Amino acid sequence: MPTTNKHIDFFKRKDRLLNGGGHKAVEKQTALGKLTARDRITALLDANSFYEFDLFVEHRCRDFDMDKKVLPGDGVITGTGSIMGYPVAIYAQDFTVAGGSLGLMHARKITKIMDHAIKMGMPIIGINDSGGARIQEGVDSLAGYGEIFYRNTLASGIIPQISVILGPCAGGAVYSPALTDFVFVVEGISKMFITGPEVIKTVLGEEISMEDLGGARVHSEISGNAHFYARNELECFHKIKQLFTFIPWNNRKKADPYPAKPPKSKFDIERVVPMDSRKPYDVRSVICALSDNSDFLEVHAQWASNIVVGFGRINGETVGIVANQPAVLAGVLDVDSSDKAARFVRFCDAFGIPLITFVDLPGYLPGVDQEHAGVIRHGAKLLYAFSEATVPKITVILRKAYGGGYIAMCSRHLGADFVVAWPTAEIAVMGPEGAANIIFRNDIASAPDPGEMRKQKVAEYSEKFANPYVAAAAGHIDAVISPATTRDFLIHAIQISANKSETRPFKKHGIPPF
Amino acid sequence: MTMPTTEQILQLVIGGTAYETRLTAKFARRKRYVAPDPHVVTCVIPGVIRSVSVRKGMHVRTGEPLIVLEAMKMQNDITAPHDGVVRAVRVAPGESVTKGAVLVELE
Repeated sequence: MPTTNKHIDFFKRKDRLLNGGGHKAVEKQTALGKLTARDRITALLDANSFYEFDLFVEHRCRDFDMDKKVLPGDGVITGTGSIMGYPVAIYAQDFTVAGGSLGLMHARKITKIMDHAIKMGMPIIGINDSGGARIQEGVDSLAGYGEIFYRNTLASGIIPQISVILGPCAGGAVYSPALTDFVFVVEGISKMFITGPEVIKTVLGEEISMEDLGGARVHSEISGNAHFYARNELECFHKIKQLFTFIPWNNRKKADPYPAKPPKSKFDIERVVPMDSRKPYDVRSVICALSDNSDFLEVHAQWASNIVVGFGRINGETVGIVANQPAVLAGVLDVDSSDKAARFVRFCDAFGIPLITFVDLPGYLPGVDQEHAGVIRHGAKLLYAFSEATVPKITVILRKAYGGGYIAMCSRHLGADFVVAWPTAEIAVMGPEGAANIIFRNDIASAPDPGEMRKQKVAEYSEKFANPYVAAAAGHIDAVISPATTRDFLIHAIQISANKSETRPFKKHGIPPF
Repeated sequence: MTMPTTEQILQLVIGGTAYETRLTAKFARRKRYVAPDPHVVTCVIPGVIRSVSVRKGMHVRTGEPLIVLEAMKMQNDITAPHDGVVRAVRVAPGESVTKGAVLVELE
C-alpha cells in the first residue's frame, strides 16, 4: 500500500483504538486474571476470522465534561467471524474503557450486530464485562439496555444466543444474559446480581461477599442462571466450541451431522441400572453407553442435578437428552428440575433437535417448601414444553415411571412418537408400597399381623403391576426392548423421524405457565 | 462419570418407599416449615421504624396502623391483622429491623 498521509493517518487512528483503555487499564485487567476483550475474541474465534464493526464509533455524551473524553470503540468490540468454520456474530465489552460501561453508542453497536446476526441467521455470542450503565449518559443508557433486551427476545428461537460472563454483569445488565439460551460463567471472574453487596448492606443490613452473592458457583449451583461453569477463561472458550458442534446456526438449518461412532466399550449398558428400584446409579452412564463416541455435553450440570439434560449424537445426528437422575434426590421432579428440563426441551424444539427422554423417577418431591415454591406451576412447564414440542420425541422407560412423573416425562399421552420400556420398567399409578397401602387399607388394618399383611399385599401389587406389560397391553408403550438393543432402536427411530411433520392449529403463541 | 464416593448416600422416602440417593445442597439446607402465629406481627421487609402508634394494653381493630416502617424509600403502615389487645411492642422508633423480626404481639 502506498504510504500517503491519509494512510498514515488511518493506521494511527486504528492503532490508538486497538489499544482499548491503554496499557495501565490493560495491566489492571490482566492482574485480575482476565483476558482483554480483544484477546478473548482472538481466543474464541478461528484464527484471522474476525471482521470488526464500528471500531470508529464515538460516544455522544456532552454532559459532565464527557465531551473531552475519548472512549475507544465506546467500550465494546463487535463483529463477525467463525468458530470451527461456523459463522458467528460476537460482541465483547471492554472493561479497560470506562469500565465497559454501557452508553447509548455502546448499546447501538451491540444492537447493530444483533440485527445483523438475526438477518444472516447466525449465532450470537455476547461477552459481558461491564460496570453497568454509564451514569453520565443517564436515561440514554437505560434505553440502550432496553433495546438489547428487545432484540434478545426477537432473536429467541431464531438464532442461538450465548452469553459469556467474564467480569461484572450487574443491575439491568443481567437481563440480556437471562434472555439468552446459554450462559457461561468462570470461577472467580463472573459476578452477576441485580443489587450488589453494598446496597444489600445499606438497605438490609446483610453482609455478603460478591462471590457468595453472585459468583460463578452460586449461579451454576443455586440460582440456575448459568448453564455452563468453567474454571478459567480458556476452559470456558473450549466449552463454547464444544457446544457449537451440537447446535445449528439457526432455526431453519439442522445441526451438521458428524461421522457416526459407536459408544466407548467401558460403558456397559447391561450393567448400569440396578434391578432393585430403590438403588441409585448415575444415569449419565446410560447416556454415554448409548451416544456416539459416548459424547455427552451436559447443560446445567451442577444445578437441579436430579434431572440431567444435554446434547449427544445418535448415528451422527445431534439429539437433546432429558433423563431423571436416580443418584440425586432419587431422580424426583421438583420446582427446579421441571424448570430446567422445560427450558431445555423448548430450546431443542425451537432448533429442530430430536428429543430422547430416559425415565426413572418415583414421582414429585413431597414437601411444604415445594408446594409453597409453586411446584404446581413450575411442574406444569415441563408438561407444556413436551406437549408443545413437534420435533421427534423418543422415550425410553428404564425403571420406575410412576404417577404424574410418568405422564410428565414425555409419555405417549404428551405426544411422544416412540415410547419403549426395558424389562425392568415399572409403569404404574404409584409405587407398590403406596398403592398397596391405599388399595388394601382395610385388609391390612384388620389383619392379625398388619405388618406381615402389608408386606404380602405390596408383593402382590408388585407382581401384578410393577412391570411394563400392563402399559404395553393397553398400547401406552409401543414395545418392551432389551438394554442391549436400545442403541439400534434409537438409530432406527432417529432415521425414520427424519421427515416427521406435525402441524398444529394456527396461534399467535401459546401461554406457557412461566 | 461415576458416582461420587465421598458424598453420603442417604434415604429419601417417596410414596412409602425409601430410595437410596444423594441430596442436593439446596434440599439439605431447606428450612423446616413453621406455622405462623396469627398473634405476632413480624417484619416482612427490612427497614427502620419511624414511629410506633400503640402501647401495651391498648385495644386495636383490624387494619388499624401500629407502626410506620420505612423501607425501600417508602413509609409503610404496618397494621393490625385482627382485633385485639397489644400484649407487647418489641421495637422503638429509630430502630433498624430485619426481615422476620417480631414488631408487635397481640392477644
